[in-house]
Amino acid sequence: MQNGHTGSPELTVPAIEDLEWMYSLMLEAKGADEAAAAEARQGKLQAALYPVRGLEGVCAALGVAMTDDDQMISSYRNLGDALACGIPLRTIIAEAYGRLGGTSKGKGGTMHLTDNERGLITTTGVVGSGLPMAVGLALAAQLDSSRSENAARAIVVTFGDGATSIGSAHESFNLAALWNLPLVFVCQNNQWGEHTAIDAYAANPNLAERVRSYGMHAEAVDGFDPMATWRTLSSALDRARSGGGPSFIECKTYRLTGHSGLSDYSYVPSDDLSAALERDPGPTMRRWLLENGYVSEARVSELETAAENTISEAFAFAQSSPPPDPSELLDDVYASKEGFPVR
Amino acid sequence: MTSTEVTNTQGAADEKKMSIVAALNSALDIALTIDEKVLIMGEDIADPIGGVMKATKGLSDKHGVDRVRATPIVEQTIVGSAVGAALGGYRPVAEIMFMDFLCQAMDQIVNHAAKTRYMSGGHSSTPIVVRAMIGSSNFGAQHSQALEGWFMHTPGLKVVMPSNPYDVKGLLLSAIFDDDPVVFIENMSMSYSVTGMVPTGDYRIPIGEAAVVREGSDVTLITYGAEVHTSLAAAEALAGDIDVEVIDLRSLVPLDISTCLRSVQKTKRAIVVHGSTQFCGPGAEIAIQLTDALWGELAAPVARLGASYTPVPFAAELQSIPTETSVIAAVQVLAEQG
Ligand SMILES: Cc1ncc(C[n+]2csc(CCOP(=O)(O)OP(=O)(O)O)c2C)c(N)n1
Repeated sequence: MQNGHTGSPELTVPAIEDLEWMYSLMLEAKGADEAAAAEARQGKLQAALYPVRGLEGVCAALGVAMTDDDQMISSYRNLGDALACGIPLRTIIAEAYGRLGGTSKGKGGTMHLTDNERGLITTTGVVGSGLPMAVGLALAAQLDSSRSENAARAIVVTFGDGATSIGSAHESFNLAALWNLPLVFVCQNNQWGEHTAIDAYAANPNLAERVRSYGMHAEAVDGFDPMATWRTLSSALDRARSGGGPSFIECKTYRLTGHSGLSDYSYVPSDDLSAALERDPGPTMRRWLLENGYVSEARVSELETAAENTISEAFAFAQSSPPPDPSELLDDVYASKEGFPVR
Repeated sequence: MTSTEVTNTQGAADEKKMSIVAALNSALDIALTIDEKVLIMGEDIADPIGGVMKATKGLSDKHGVDRVRATPIVEQTIVGSAVGAALGGYRPVAEIMFMDFLCQAMDQIVNHAAKTRYMSGGHSSTPIVVRAMIGSSNFGAQHSQALEGWFMHTPGLKVVMPSNPYDVKGLLLSAIFDDDPVVFIENMSMSYSVTGMVPTGDYRIPIGEAAVVREGSDVTLITYGAEVHTSLAAAEALAGDIDVEVIDLRSLVPLDISTCLRSVQKTKRAIVVHGSTQFCGPGAEIAIQLTDALWGELAAPVARLGASYTPVPFAAELQSIPTETSVIAAVQVLAEQG
């Protein structure tokens, strides 16, 4: 991670600058989601979009809890996670436009962001597939720290509640516990797997309870409460770094929009949705910051203006970034092009 | 397979007669010794058993169970964690017993290992080797498939399928130190029956170079894996009557089409011989490439000899993979044309 933050779980709340950073991340994630959807609606952006709405607090908490050395594997719903790693919004948006200025030169798209320097190792479009890879990345971290004096690093893998239905997720829980890996499974539980509610697909929707039986620390936290989430994630990451093994943290939120950028979500029970919107993490954090005197009204406005500017600058950058040259088509399939078919 | 001894080394002093399993073991031992980033993961691979075929025998005792890691029965996560460890800077070798069980791991091989470099715009590489073995019809249809065509059809993967201990060792070492993911396919019928002299030290055979294993002027047999031995036996049987050249492709991706072209330009007749199904098998691609390049020069259409389009049958009487007899017959038909 290169967001400049260091996890400090002994504090009950993060430092003021971290609180401001968290609030800004939440604003950027929500604003960028909305701007991208608007562009897509007008046909100006041809990309699958997976809004973070509802998870902003979890992503913000992750960003502060992770240190610069920690690494992450995320999914298609990755914009907030990428910001948590400290990746500039402009390169995330440029990737959505398929432009050279994107994290992956425009060859990955929204589901495939990579920024190795900032610790976002890969993001997968296949539900649940990040978990086995995270087991290996955590194994690498464990072996590295057993061989060197360098500070131990923790690995984070983020995924939705629906991913806990996938078989290899369970292989991964078992293996992480068996090998005592420095791995934190961050389940971003938004209560929906695509268009199916958790109660309709899980006989026991208490995911932390299910995973606890694999022999690792597992707990649920209110993902609409960024401070509680930050504390829980920080101690899980600490446990991982200090050899205490893996954790499963179920961050309970609610999906505040459709599954994908433009998808219908009229089926979401309106009572549930409005109850969840009452707890919308952005406005909740704003109130909390002001009520507790962490920041002034003026400073909040400054942060909001700055976030708007970051978003418009990111879209302008993306739109003016050139597309990859046609010669790029055949690059990066293998380390070298020599000897491989072109068709 | 009846036991076969292959001669393809210089006969130097530091050579030893090895089976394919011994050659695998030697390559893995060298890789673990020279690079601490090399890891092996798979079911039952740690000592005392040292793998179901014993390819990793002695390696966990020597290099530690941290690096020669026995896993639960989790093919998807064996390969997935190999991908993750590779992204974390390691060079993992994932051992999947029977190739049929690669089905469990296809998501990680096809959607992840093969595409990570491309999808990251070249920022990441996934230097893994997935070792897997074609079993035998003795086990029925789920422990005997030759599925190399699936992997050839996935850009981003290299596919290697050697036929003898010398190539096995040199190619496995190349695969482990290659920066791209390599599917390394073995064949149970050869594991102990095919032997040959192998240097005890480190040497590499480049991935993507075919070998002309028998020179001839009338017909070219293009083959790989266990069918190399079937083809060589057929060629010997026909010697004096039809002069058969045999090419061992050794690697399927990248495919050394130049060596094939050079040979077929000379012989004007070619048959691609393999154990996977003839329909949509690797032979289809090779045949059309030869035809495209040599149209007008060929004495006969390029022929293919692969397995019938069925699950692998159990009864011996139903086997359809190429045999010495069927290869001989195919060569005779082709030699009469043109
Ligand atoms: C293996 C696989 N099956 C199906 C899909 C299609 N799909 C994309 S997202 C999704 C829902 C996943 O739900 P969840 O894990 O809860 O994550 P969320 O999208 O809610 O963040 C599905 C079924 C997929 N991408 N991968």
